[in-house]
Amino acid sequence: MLDQRPAATLAERAAGLTPPAVAKGVRGLSDRAIAWLFIAPTLALLLAINIFPLIWTIRLSFTNYRANPPNAPLKWLGLERYSDLLTDPDIWHGMQVTARFVVSTVAIETLLGFALAYLVDRKFRGHGFWTTVILIPMMLSPAVVGNFWTFLYQPQIGLFNYVVGFALGIDPSSFQMIGDVRLAPWSIVIVDVWMWTPYVMLICLAEAAEVDRASKWRQFWSITLPMAMPFIMLAVLFRGIENFKMFDMVNLLTNGGPGSTTELASITLKREAFEKWTTGYSSAFAVILFVTIFGLANIYVKALNRVRQR
Amino acid sequence: MTGNAAAHSIVEPGRLAKRIAATLVILYALVSMVPLLWIVLTGFKTPPDSISYPPKILFEPSLEGYVNLFTTRTRQTPGFIATLPPPQSWYDRLVRSRNMVIAGPSKYVPRFINSLAIGFGSTFLAVLLGTLTAYGFSRFKVPLKDDLLFFILSTRMMPPIAVAIPIYLMYRELGLTDTKLGMILLYTAVNVSLAVWLLKGFIDEIPREYEEAAMIDGYTRLQAFRMVVLPQAATGIAATAIFCLIFAWNEYAFAVLLTSGEAQTTPPFIPFIIGEGGQDWPAVAAGTTLFLIPIVAFTVLLRKHLLRGITFGAVRR
Repeated sequence: MLDQRPAATLAERAAGLTPPAVAKGVRGLSDRAIAWLFIAPTLALLLAINIFPLIWTIRLSFTNYRANPPNAPLKWLGLERYSDLLTDPDIWHGMQVTARFVVSTVAIETLLGFALAYLVDRKFRGHGFWTTVILIPMMLSPAVVGNFWTFLYQPQIGLFNYVVGFALGIDPSSFQMIGDVRLAPWSIVIVDVWMWTPYVMLICLAEAAEVDRASKWRQFWSITLPMAMPFIMLAVLFRGIENFKMFDMVNLLTNGGPGSTTELASITLKREAFEKWTTGYSSAFAVILFVTIFGLANIYVKALNRVRQR
Repeated sequence: MTGNAAAHSIVEPGRLAKRIAATLVILYALVSMVPLLWIVLTGFKTPPDSISYPPKILFEPSLEGYVNLFTTRTRQTPGFIATLPPPQSWYDRLVRSRNMVIAGPSKYVPRFINSLAIGFGSTFLAVLLGTLTAYGFSRFKVPLKDDLLFFILSTRMMPPIAVAIPIYLMYRELGLTDTKLGMILLYTAVNVSLAVWLLKGFIDEIPREYEEAAMIDGYTRLQAFRMVVLPQAATGIAATAIFCLIFAWNEYAFAVLLTSGEAQTTPPFIPFIIGEGGQDWPAVAAGTTLFLIPIVAFTVLLRKHLLRGITFGAVRR
C-alpha cells in the first residue's frame, strides 16, 4: 500500500512504518534498548547467584571434593557418583520420608482448606475478620514457630500434650510427640497443617467467588468441585513443591529424629553437605533435587497459566 | 451453560446453615490461634510458671522473660550481691532477686537490627529490579519471553539447602560469608523472581493508553514510565515490597548455613536464647513475640493482596 505512493520519501516511509511509540522513543532511548536495560540487571543477578553456582554444583557432583578441609586431592568420579547415589539406601530412605510427609500434609491441608473455604463462603456475619485471623499462621516464620512447637510438644509441661491428654483422658506424660518413633512423623505433619491449611483455603476462596453459592449437594459435585479443580490443583502443586524441599520447620522441631524417622531429603542433604562435608556427594544429590523441582515447577507454571486464562 | 445459570441463581444459604458454618469457622480460627496466644502468654511468665504442670493459664505477669531476652546475666552468691551498690533500676532488682547480676546486653538487639537491615536492603533491591524487569516484560516484545519468565520463577522454587552448597563455596572465595552484603544479594536474588511475577501482573493491569497519551504529549518512554506507570503501580509495588520483606524476615535455611555472628538474623538466633539448663522459654517466647508482631500487622494490611502474593500474581480477585 505504502509503495504505491510515489511521492513518499524514504524517511516518511520509515516514519509511517514505525509505531508512534518507537518514533517517540528515538529521542531518548529506543524501546529495544529500554527493554534490555530494564531486564538485564535481573538476569545478571540470577546468573551470578543461581546459574553460575548451579554449574559449579554440577561440576563438583562428579568429584569427591570436600569443602572442609578444602585442600584434599581431587578425584574425578564421573557418572559413578550418580550410580552410587541412586543405590544409596540413605538417600532412598530420605526420599520415602519426604514422600510420606508431602502426601499426608497435602492431603489433609487440601481437605481441611477446601472445607474451610466452603464454610467461609456461606458469608456469615464477620466472615472477613475470621478469614484474616485464620490466615495469620501461614505468614509466620516456620523456623521461629517450629522452634516454639518443641515447647508445646514437651511431654509433661507442654500445652499440646496437656490438651490432648485431657481430651482423651490419658496421662499427658505418657506420650512424646517428638521423641516417639511412631508419633514424630505426625508431630511435623500437625505443625505443617496448622501453618498451611489457610493457604489452600485462600486459593479455594478465589474460586468460590466465581461459583457463588451453589449450595445444593447435587450442585456441589456437578458444579462447585469441577470449577474448583484448577485452583485446588494449583494449591496441591505449590504445597507439594514447598514441602518436597521442606527444611526450616523440621530442622528446628525434630532435626530428622528420632533416629531418622523424620529425616526429609533436605535434612539428609544438610547432614551430608554441612556436617559430614561430603561436598561432591551432596552436590550430586542436590542436582537430583534440582531436576525434580524443575520438572514440578514446569507443571506448576502450566497450571498457573491455565488459571490465569480463565 | 444451564448448570452455570443454576449456580448463579442466588440461593441464600439458610440461617441455620450460616450459623453452623460460622460456628465451625470461628472454632477453627480460635484453635489455630492457641499456639500464638501461648507464645504471648509464656513471654510474660516467670521461668517456674512457664514449666509448671498443669500449664498455667492464670498467672502473675512478669517481665522477667523480656529482661532475660535483652540481657546476659551471671549467677552470684547472695553474699556477693549484698556487697554491691543498691540496684539502679527495676530490672536490676528483678535480676538480683534471682541471685543474678546483669553482665551486659544480649545479642537479640543486634540480631534484630541485622534482620531489619538485610530485610529492607534486599527488599529495596528486589523491588527496584523487579519493577524495571516487570515493566520490560509487560510492555515490550522480548525474545523468549515465556522461557525467561519461567527461568526467573524456577530460581525461587529451588531447595535452599541445595542452592546453599555452591553459594557457601562461592561466598567463601569472595569473602561474603557472614556479611550483610552477601545476605542482601542472596535474598534479592530469591525475591526478585516473586517481584517480577507479581509486578508484571500489576503493570499488565495499567492500560497502555495512559503512557501512549503521555508520549503523544511529548514525554519520552522513560518519563512516561516514571510519571505515569510508577504512580499507577504504587499499591502493587507496596504490596510486593511487603511480601519480599516478609520472606527475608522469615528466612532461616540460608541464614543458618551462611551466617554465624556479624550478619546473623533473628530466626537462627532465637533457638539459642538459653538460660541455665536449656532454652529459657519465657525469653524465647518474648523474643518470638517481638519478632512475629510486625508480620501479624503486615498480614492484616496485606489481606486484600494475599491471594495474588501467594500465587505469584496468577490469581486475582
